[in-house]
Amino acid sequence: MAELRKETSQEMGLHDEQLKGRTQKKFFSIDESENLTYFHSFDVDTSKSATIDALDMTPREINREIRELMEKGIGDITVDNPMSRHGVGVGILNRLNLTFSDSLGYFGCGLIDGPNVHIKGRVGWSCAENMMAGTVVIDKNAGSTFGAAIRGGDLVCKGSVGARTGIDQKGGTIIVGGKTGAFSGFMMQRGRMIVLGDAGMNLGDSMYDGTIYVGGEVEELGVDCVQADMTELDVRYLTEKLALYGMKTPRGVEKMQKHVSGKMLWNYANLEPNEKKLIL
Amino acid sequence: MCGIAGIIHKKAGKGVNIGQQMTSMLQALKHRGPDSTGYAMYGKDNGNQVLRFKVAEAADLEGSYDIHATIKDRLETVNSRLTELGVKVVKKESPTEYAHRYEVEFSGDMKKVADFVEDVEGVEILSIGNSLELVKDLGDASVVSNQYGLNDFNGTHGIGHTRMATESDVDIRSAHPYWAYPFSDVAVVHNGQLTNYWTNRRSLERSGHRFSSNCDSELIAVYLADRMSQGDDLETAMKGSIDYLDGVFTYLVATKDQLGMAKDVMAAKPMVVYEGEDMIALASEEVAIRTLFDHRIETFDPYHGEVKVWQN
Repeated sequence: MAELRKETSQEMGLHDEQLKGRTQKKFFSIDESENLTYFHSFDVDTSKSATIDALDMTPREINREIRELMEKGIGDITVDNPMSRHGVGVGILNRLNLTFSDSLGYFGCGLIDGPNVHIKGRVGWSCAENMMAGTVVIDKNAGSTFGAAIRGGDLVCKGSVGARTGIDQKGGTIIVGGKTGAFSGFMMQRGRMIVLGDAGMNLGDSMYDGTIYVGGEVEELGVDCVQADMTELDVRYLTEKLALYGMKTPRGVEKMQKHVSGKMLWNYANLEPNEKKLIL
Repeated sequence: MCGIAGIIHKKAGKGVNIGQQMTSMLQALKHRGPDSTGYAMYGKDNGNQVLRFKVAEAADLEGSYDIHATIKDRLETVNSRLTELGVKVVKKESPTEYAHRYEVEFSGDMKKVADFVEDVEGVEILSIGNSLELVKDLGDASVVSNQYGLNDFNGTHGIGHTRMATESDVDIRSAHPYWAYPFSDVAVVHNGQLTNYWTNRRSLERSGHRFSSNCDSELIAVYLADRMSQGDDLETAMKGSIDYLDGVFTYLVATKDQLGMAKDVMAAKPMVVYEGEDMIALASEEVAIRTLFDHRIETFDPYHGEVKVWQN
């Protein structure tokens, strides 16, 4: 386990440095965040609703049906009977309210950019992989590699999740109501993971940056992951964030443990503009 | 990547059609492994031992002009050796030319029987047990279940496997499940790769254990057999396997009245569990379990290094 280097920034990522690199400049500019344009997106009306009965449909047919409904301007879609199928609800680059009335299989809601998704069941492995923006809320449990490589948005599981949660996380916020498995936050680069229950072994192993909050017990920290002091801003941020999803930790957010990288890579830790607004 | 599935009924009474249930789950996992499909299912114990064995590989039928005569010779030798040991065969069935099922009356040492029968070239005992029926062959679940008439199999529990061959050949010998020779009614299916297979295999072979294939998964069955022969119960043996086995794995093991599950410390291979009041169903993917229900179910993923055992 690494030791915390005090010169690193552990203060809620409120830096104002101009970062190098085209992608990072864009991500860290508040102006840019308000002016994102989704090419080839559809102009949908969230007051217009439709329901898809997916009982006898293939994943491709379900995804195509969602797209066709968005093309027609429908902005509120419910999918009944998804039957734990894999690869459903993927590649949606649009504003949309999407509800699944039951569980999804692997790679559910992967590669999405913008929709607000509610899954009234559980999800299999790799839910919301590479998610860019939007929200995904799961009522039950989730499998392993939950939120792998997400870059933005809020990914919320109200139950427990499997191993390698947030592996290669590059931004966004993952919230877990229960416990998380081994190697959560592995190679995490940016963003936040909030676990209200226990965390398995090797938490934050090889993390470059980002923050992991744990409400329960941590089985073991991974290489480069260190415990840091909770600040007033952390508490405020957690309180505001959890309130968005009606979630609480039994011991109170003040008692949560904060974990960061022991290395000095604070450029990655900078909060995205939308997250800064919560506490500024 | 392989798919594994299991089911156990707590209140099966005279038995449930687990043949159909297992086929349904394994067919849903076909995309995880199309090379072969195997079942280890537990039916009614009528007091006889059930001996499942094969005298050739399915592929052998296409490879030689005299294979049919060879198969006949091997079968005759098996029959004469069973007679020599005093084993009374009360029922014979032959789902295929090369795979056979004998119900036998014998109260002696079944290990001796297994060793003597397997000494015949090309013959492999797939399983021995009072209620275990172990069937495996090439093809998906619908092919194998039709071939072996498993669609009406009544029983209490079972495990199954759809194989994507990575460590050894595509043949019946390397297909799962593996019987935990020489223990009656113990079988194993595995999803993953074991990296200390050869080291541990040599060690177990030096202790007198036999391996019938070069498939790394067989190590789990032999290890559990070894531990149980030294007095461990199933759960203790399985907990020991977490440290003993190196690599990535999730495996299921079934005995006459138990179903167990173990997952490696990195939780690298999937497993989803449904735990109902009357039934427990497990599979590599929830999509397999959902084929058994027409309504929403609650499921969970076991954690790293976790071992669970259910009793029927």
